[in-house]
Amino acid sequence: MNARRTFATAGRALQQIRHDPRTVGLLLVVPSLLIGLIAWLFVDTPVFEQIGPAMLALFPFTIMFLITSIATLRERRTGTLERLLTMPIRQLEFILGYAIAFSLLALLQAAVTVSFAVWVCGLTIEGSLWLLFAIAVVDAILGTTLGLLASAFARTEFQVVQFMPALIFPQILLGGIFLPRDQLPDFLHFISDWLPLSHAIDALNAVATGSHDAAWIGVELLIIAAFIVGFIVLGAITLRRRTP
Amino acid sequence: MPDTAPAIECESLRVRRGKKLVLHGITVTVPCGQVVGLLGPSGGGKTTLMRSIVGVQRIASGSVQVLGLPSGDARLRRLVGYSTQAASIYDDLTVRQNLSYFRSVLGARAEDIDRVLQETALSDTAGQLVATLSGGQRSRVSLAVAMLSSPPLLVLDEPTVGLDPVLREDLWNLFHDLARGGSTLLVSSHVMDEATRCDRLLLMRDGDLVADLTPSELLARTGAATAEEAFLAIIRQHPKHRAGGS
Ligand SMILES: Nc1ncnc2c1ncn2[C@@H]1O[C@H](COP(=O)(O)OP(=O)(O)O)[C@@H](O)[C@H]1O
Ligand SMILES: [Mg+2]
Repeated sequence: MNARRTFATAGRALQQIRHDPRTVGLLLVVPSLLIGLIAWLFVDTPVFEQIGPAMLALFPFTIMFLITSIATLRERRTGTLERLLTMPIRQLEFILGYAIAFSLLALLQAAVTVSFAVWVCGLTIEGSLWLLFAIAVVDAILGTTLGLLASAFARTEFQVVQFMPALIFPQILLGGIFLPRDQLPDFLHFISDWLPLSHAIDALNAVATGSHDAAWIGVELLIIAAFIVGFIVLGAITLRRRTP
Repeated sequence: MPDTAPAIECESLRVRRGKKLVLHGITVTVPCGQVVGLLGPSGGGKTTLMRSIVGVQRIASGSVQVLGLPSGDARLRRLVGYSTQAASIYDDLTVRQNLSYFRSVLGARAEDIDRVLQETALSDTAGQLVATLSGGQRSRVSLAVAMLSSPPLLVLDEPTVGLDPVLREDLWNLFHDLARGGSTLLVSSHVMDEATRCDRLLLMRDGDLVADLTPSELLARTGAATAEEAFLAIIRQHPKHRAGGS
């Protein structure tokens, strides 16, 4: 592992994003707009209080997944990845570079989105706001690392979009937004335990309602972190120097 | 790395892409210090051969030695400069930002950036976004990246394609300057006219190496007036393609 190459890659990815105001907007503003829309939609009902925390998991996760997988797919399509793979950079350094760059963006995104949900939309948070923020960040990083892994299996932007119904929608359906997870049929409940987004949604709900202590939430965070590490390692392993 | 090793040595190299056998057992030796043209029509396997040389192509059988080391060896990653057929640079970065990123990856010196900017005549566009450059400038940026670590071997996939004659002339002069400095250049093109610019030619067609000779040998052997006609004559003489007659 070489820190210079990892951070050079992270810095370069951030430089690219800076030249692309539309993506910056999508990253920082759109999750808040969507949450605002939901708050407005369910104004005068208790629904926003129930699903608001889950939305803090859903939108950042999905947007980070899309942006990261398309950014790394572009590296494949333009030949820059092929060139890099003839150079002394290791696959893990490349993947980690991207993970670091987009994690910083995830941090900003979570700060904007959580602030907007709590102070503008008035989402009630019984537990610690810091914990809520930490979960939102980790959840967005989860989306990024899943995107890094998924882009290895796509050749075109269209194929990346095909991963949405395959990888993202089931996590949304089984994550407890439509039906609380403990009311799911046994087998679906079992599957949903193994989906990382479920843990992010559980943790956000727990902080919002104050239903669990920090230790329980810490365990949920560790589970999500394990998925993040797993996706990064798998992403590095599936990135081969020699391709057919 | 033995000093006497040829720049590239392929031995019965076979490559399969998808279901198709794309290289049918290529055996060739490229000596050091020359500008070697890899010419032939599109789809002939030029890119695949270059990918095999730089170590990113999975090969079915045979061997590729580069500078005396097996292709893909970690030691070669600073010794071989590669530019792919697409420009393989970042459109949404400036020229200098592109170069400084690849410099960090290669561990080259900071001075190398200004050196390659000068050699490719890009000093004035260093601050410009790559997306706003002309095709000729983009392909020079791509070349500049490949030159960053002053590698003894440069593998350049169609660097002159789509450029106007003046720019092409400049690039070929640069290639010969680099060769005089001791580098070996393998340069592909599907434009047969470029044959006369090279010290040595490898002609490829449909996954076979159909000739390995100098430009003057090409014209002398075929009696043709132009490289294009000579290439057609060589194809007609080649045993494999004579029978097919497609
Ligand atoms: N990724 C790929 N998958 C399957 N076949 C490929 C792929 N890339 C190239 N080919 C095939 O390999 C052959 C040689 O292609 P290539 O090496 O790109 O030739 P050239 O560079 O001379 O145009 C062509 O028939 C092409 O269709
Ligand atoms: Mg080609």
